[in-house]
Amino acid sequence: MSGEASSGGRRIASHPILGEPEAAREVTIYLDGAAIAAKEGEPIMSALVAAGVGVFRHTKRGSPRRMFCGIGRCTDCVMTVDGIPGVRTCVTPVREGMLVERQEGAGSWKGGEGHGRR
Amino acid sequence: MGVDSKPAVVVGAGPAGLCAAIELKRAGAPVVLMDENGKPGGQLFKQIHKFFGSREHSAGTRGFEIGRRLLADSLELGIDVRLDTEVVGIEPGLGVWAVERRSRSYTLEAGCVILATGASENGLAFPGWTLPGVMTAGCAQTLVNVHRVLPGRRVLIVGSGNVGVIVGYQLLQAGAEVAAIIEGAPALGGYGVHTAKVRRAGVPFYCGTTILRAEGEEGVERAVIAKVDRGFKPIAGTEETLEVDTICIAVGLTPALDLAYLAGCKPIFVPELGGNMPLHDGYMRSSVEGVYVVGDTAGVEEASTAMEEGRLAGIHAAYALGFLGEAAMRERTEATWGRLDSLRQGVFGQKRFAAKARILAEGKVRA
Repeated sequence: MSGEASSGGRRIASHPILGEPEAAREVTIYLDGAAIAAKEGEPIMSALVAAGVGVFRHTKRGSPRRMFCGIGRCTDCVMTVDGIPGVRTCVTPVREGMLVERQEGAGSWKGGEGHGRR
Repeated sequence: MGVDSKPAVVVGAGPAGLCAAIELKRAGAPVVLMDENGKPGGQLFKQIHKFFGSREHSAGTRGFEIGRRLLADSLELGIDVRLDTEVVGIEPGLGVWAVERRSRSYTLEAGCVILATGASENGLAFPGWTLPGVMTAGCAQTLVNVHRVLPGRRVLIVGSGNVGVIVGYQLLQAGAEVAAIIEGAPALGGYGVHTAKVRRAGVPFYCGTTILRAEGEEGVERAVIAKVDRGFKPIAGTEETLEVDTICIAVGLTPALDLAYLAGCKPIFVPELGGNMPLHDGYMRSSVEGVYVVGDTAGVEEASTAMEEGRLAGIHAAYALGFLGEAAMRERTEATWGRLDSLRQGVFGQKRFAAKARILAEGKVRA
């Protein structure tokens, strides 16, 4: 009955109801400078979960956070994306070369190329 | 009939909103369907189980298949669907204030507004509930069924209602291990069909049991559970530790009311359907002229009932805007109510049926 996760990874390779995943172009995003393989169209959250990333940010008191609602309501999963802090990674699709950073507290604006985009 | 009609604006492209828009467009009414997400369908695409009801309710069809069909219908009808569009206000006189792609703001004068904004999952506060690895059941469901990634390897599910057991089964299908499903009440909450499937797969259920805390450094490493007495107080000495890396919270949903409140809709408190929700009548009209409420926004139920409520509002709105005659409106409304009533039958449906009847009785007094 169970689906099969790709070797050692967290991507679900085959699924008893959903079958094989649709082919998607691979893009690269960077988490605090480290390259992570992502699938075009997926939100940042799922690329990070697939890569086994356990902590998305820390609060100003140093408490770790990851994700909670997964549909853009709760803001647990916010990170700094292309210089903009507080971006909801569960509803923001990946883009080639995207710079994703863990923020502390509310984070800070870094401007740059992504300024004004989410 | 309604030549210069302002459009009906439907907020939320989930099952309820899609059905409302489809009814309106089929009647020839101008309709704009807005959704804050990049893709339409709301939460339908993460529902990979078969729906209940009779054939006319698409029973036996999986949620994502229904979603695909509704999207195909809306595409074929040429409905004006505006994605990445957040509605941030409803102005008096039905001006719908929308922000597109977080950059362009505009107000659309609407002939009527149908709010289909859904619901959000409830949290449950216990020591450690903010740790990475604690998430709503819907979050885990989205990850495995839509994005196809596993949030963890070994999962504890808190809450045995339909969401809890269905997500438990879907986590098994995705290749995770489900350590247990716990339930605070003395009896299980979900449909027998779903519960039995999970039980047969070897997942233990613990009734009269709560979570005391989640433990771990940078993420969940274990959960401590305990039996509760009749007053839901933990019983000392019954603690048990489960080695899990994920804890899914499935303790109900609350209607998303932001826009209904902004529009001035009168609320009613109905705990069986998620707490506060806008008062409405049998056409899904709220207390504010021209504003309809449908789906989970109007009381948390299921996608199948949400679709029928969407149709009710779409049918009446098409009539109110002058695109549907009174006889046709009444006939379609009655047929839709017939389907709704049969969806609210059975042991579980009766409670919802009674709760809805209370809302409608109050709503009628207003109308």
